[in-house]
Amino acid sequence: MSTQYNVLGTRPIRHDGADKVTGRAIYGADFHLAGMLHGFVLRSPHAHARIKRIDTSKAAQYPGVKAIVTADDFPQTPDRIVDLGEGPTPLSYARGNVLAKGKVLYQGHAVAGIAAINAHVAEEAAKLIEVEYEPLPCVLTAPDAMKDGAPILHEDLKTTELGEKTDRVSNVSTHFRHVLGNSDERFAKGDLRVFEGEFDTATVHQGYIEPHAATVLWNNDGRVLVWCSTQGAFVVRDVTAVLLDVPVQQVRVTPTEIGGGFGGKIPVYLEPVAALLSKKTGRPVKLLMSRRDVFEGSGPTPGSHIKVKIGVTPEGRIEAAQASLAYEAGAYPGAMVGPGTMCIFAAYDIPNVTIDGYDVVVNKPSTAAYRAPGATNAAFAAETIVDEIAETLGLDPIELRLKNASKEGTRRADGPKFRRIGCIEVLEAMKASAHYNAPLAGPNRGRGIAIGFWFNAGLPSSVNISVTNDGSVNLVEGSTDIGGTRTSIAMQAAEVLGIPVERVNPTVVDTDSVGFTHVTGGSRTTFATGYAAYEAAQDVMRQMKERAAKLMETDAASVTADKGVFTANGKSLTFAEIAAKLDATGGPITGRGAVNPKSAGGSFSGAIADVEVDPETGRTQILRFTSIQDAGKAIHPSYVEGQMQGGSVQGIGWALNEEYYMSDQGRMMNSSLLDYRMPTALDLPMIETIIVEVANPLHPFGVRGVGEANIVPPPAAVANAIYHAKGVRMRRLPMKPSAVMEAIGM
Amino acid sequence: MKWFDYSAPRTLDEALDTYASHPHARLLAGGTDLLVQMRAGRKETDLVIDTKRIPELNELHCNGALTLGAAVPCCRIYEDAAVKSAFPALAAVASIIGGIQIQGRASIGGNLCNAAPSADSIPLLIALGATARIVYKGGERSVPVEDFCTAPGQNILQPGELLVSIQIPKPEPHSGSHYLRFIPRNEMDIAVAGAGVAVTLNGGTITAARIALASVAPTPLFVKAAGDALVGQPATEESVNKAALLAKDAAKPISDMRGTADYRRHLCAVLTRRALRAAIVQAQEA
Repeated sequence: MSTQYNVLGTRPIRHDGADKVTGRAIYGADFHLAGMLHGFVLRSPHAHARIKRIDTSKAAQYPGVKAIVTADDFPQTPDRIVDLGEGPTPLSYARGNVLAKGKVLYQGHAVAGIAAINAHVAEEAAKLIEVEYEPLPCVLTAPDAMKDGAPILHEDLKTTELGEKTDRVSNVSTHFRHVLGNSDERFAKGDLRVFEGEFDTATVHQGYIEPHAATVLWNNDGRVLVWCSTQGAFVVRDVTAVLLDVPVQQVRVTPTEIGGGFGGKIPVYLEPVAALLSKKTGRPVKLLMSRRDVFEGSGPTPGSHIKVKIGVTPEGRIEAAQASLAYEAGAYPGAMVGPGTMCIFAAYDIPNVTIDGYDVVVNKPSTAAYRAPGATNAAFAAETIVDEIAETLGLDPIELRLKNASKEGTRRADGPKFRRIGCIEVLEAMKASAHYNAPLAGPNRGRGIAIGFWFNAGLPSSVNISVTNDGSVNLVEGSTDIGGTRTSIAMQAAEVLGIPVERVNPTVVDTDSVGFTHVTGGSRTTFATGYAAYEAAQDVMRQMKERAAKLMETDAASVTADKGVFTANGKSLTFAEIAAKLDATGGPITGRGAVNPKSAGGSFSGAIADVEVDPETGRTQILRFTSIQDAGKAIHPSYVEGQMQGGSVQGIGWALNEEYYMSDQGRMMNSSLLDYRMPTALDLPMIETIIVEVANPLHPFGVRGVGEANIVPPPAAVANAIYHAKGVRMRRLPMKPSAVMEAIGM
Repeated sequence: MKWFDYSAPRTLDEALDTYASHPHARLLAGGTDLLVQMRAGRKETDLVIDTKRIPELNELHCNGALTLGAAVPCCRIYEDAAVKSAFPALAAVASIIGGIQIQGRASIGGNLCNAAPSADSIPLLIALGATARIVYKGGERSVPVEDFCTAPGQNILQPGELLVSIQIPKPEPHSGSHYLRFIPRNEMDIAVAGAGVAVTLNGGTITAARIALASVAPTPLFVKAAGDALVGQPATEESVNKAALLAKDAAKPISDMRGTADYRRHLCAVLTRRALRAAIVQAQEA
């Protein structure tokens, strides 16, 4: 791959940089409108309880209170199945998570919204809302929720068993299976060495720094205007319209700057509540979550229980594998177990595979996506077993993986056959890395590696580009910019247009102002919205060539363009010269790009971790950490490296300390950043990065999304490193000091 | 958060008068505990008395012995050359409480009054033999720090009483002290367990020792027996181990999100041992 690019692969300063480093950027909570009211959301103190009665009369009389809403304020439309972007779900469930109706299903479940002249008044008045609860027994883990006689969350939830709707009411929403070859038969032959284990992972939160924030004005003309921090303005628009039972046309969503999302800012929580409060008061209403609300009332990622069994020949060829993954959906169905089953063995070319997935509801917050959702849990289990195989067979862990690595043509158990992928190239880069080849000396130290996969998303994106008479262009797009995507999208346009990226003004606009664009999620933005920018820029170039032809008195087909210079018949004109004469040559030029890639080409990522375990306290210190990832084509290498470092850090936190620490009654005991214990800069070495580029055949520049795969291998790599440091196999996350100490022996 | 009135008296007398007439007021120094607790609804008051402008509470004076005003922020402690030289362990403790911004506000006096079992400064204050100087309208009293806390978040101060300063006696020659806490992260965390120790040597023999623990009892825990057991013993690993086991036996921890009781007991021995080793080295070099 020796394509010469002018813009791609360089590291320009981001377009939104100045506003962000000077504090001028407007985030969700910064937004303000004249006459705005401030709200508060009353939340359930119980993990599971029937709501017998809600009396808001005293609160309504508190001075300064303007309106109170409960689930009864939603339009009383009959229940139906709706698709809100993450699969079909009953409307009652979607509304129920926004404001509880009949029952509360987790501590932190929203029960009522209140709008007042300021947030303090709203909070004080909320204490006067009387909610009479009948507490019910709660169930907190997937294995417990699957037991006969477990407390049932939804009396109307009937298990779908291997594609068939049954009459069985249980907490198991769905049990599904992927089969390739015949793993039972292959194991039964008896010639394989069999390795197996059971693994548990705790519920963890994405931990974005900015809490959820939404301001809504239900205007006199019937339009519902929303300003919020979200990963997907169009999804917020569509979901809000469905929940409020208003036409999509009536809702306009303006995304503010966003302080992190990682999947957790796709669901809608505050917007419908603020809308109902605004409808009642006729004034804009702002709702903010506190950090505690974020932990207890927004969607973390599922805790899980995973069994893995792998059979391997004495030479190290994996012949058969089985897995069973039970994921906690939280209060409503929709655990990310599907992706977990798609990814668990994706790195390996295995002829016989059976994978079972269970989507299980429990009395915890309804889970949301979290960076390669479901895959990290799965890789922790599978990659620990693979490490055991390498150790037992006396093989280098990278060699074992190379021997079995997926490649173009490998079929996954869930169906798809891989196109060109970079699994082998990532493993080879790991093997050749300075880190892997550096000696690691000293007691209580160990090195672990792991590899992970994320399939990435395609989905629709739209971009419009208009040419300005000074030769710059304005690029309008609908993707919330979380990781520098304004710039990585603008760079793809600039490459096509042959102009410097500084001559492109990228703007993220509201849902009235650009075509449908799906969420900034699934590692799709640089891939899909970048693709739309490529298309829009091609559209501009076609028109620019026509204008050039007109000015040079030739036909468009004979015009060639290189680095912003248009040439024909020995004459040439620059992009800016043509732009200056748009009026004379036919008027403004706008280009449009609209794409809907059905698949995205996945990304593989590897991790190498060196740790030191304190033998007296069980505490694990990360000494050195390298993330390796296939980016296809790294548009802006700094942002690719940033994604790899961020995913690694989140994976390390998941590995070592992060967890929802629940009381038996289902209360989260550590819902603060102090006690939730995400790693800080003081806990980590500089994360080293190695970008691998195996071009993605599904993108004009070969881009693969890089936002997610990097979080998949770290927990397994750290677990393997702990094993090699202290000889203990950790099968439960987090591998906190007390757990490691218990494993070592106090 | 509910509304409250705010008063910032400039003299001790004015503060005592205000407090006497509003016994339910809350005293504020750095506010790094109080404001967080009020915002979380754990404490409520209609009057906050800010003590930061009272001269006596801002005194930091080291002439061998140390007078540490109750509102002196941590950053002043670790930036003070005399304190750093005479009480290096105290300067070190002041630098591990919170981050830089917190240290610009948070005070050791506040840490003591907040009476958290996990308070990082209290075990060391106990080990150093510190006393709390308490003033009320018309009098004052002095209380050893080990008797100051009575329960989680509770202390012996009566309504109208103010902690003015902490007094630490001048250490004997060849003394050393050290505080160690265990946290799962490297900084910005709450002690799962902690051990504060002070020792005095005469040649190779320990002539005085005090040991106190954090996070393993309803209050910071003075383990007199563990220190006493060291007196007259050689400053050896064997003596250190013996004291560490006594400290472990004295601990009465609970299991919670920060650690199990067994694990905390185990940590008491580890931390006491490590802190004693460090204090002995310091005493030998003194």
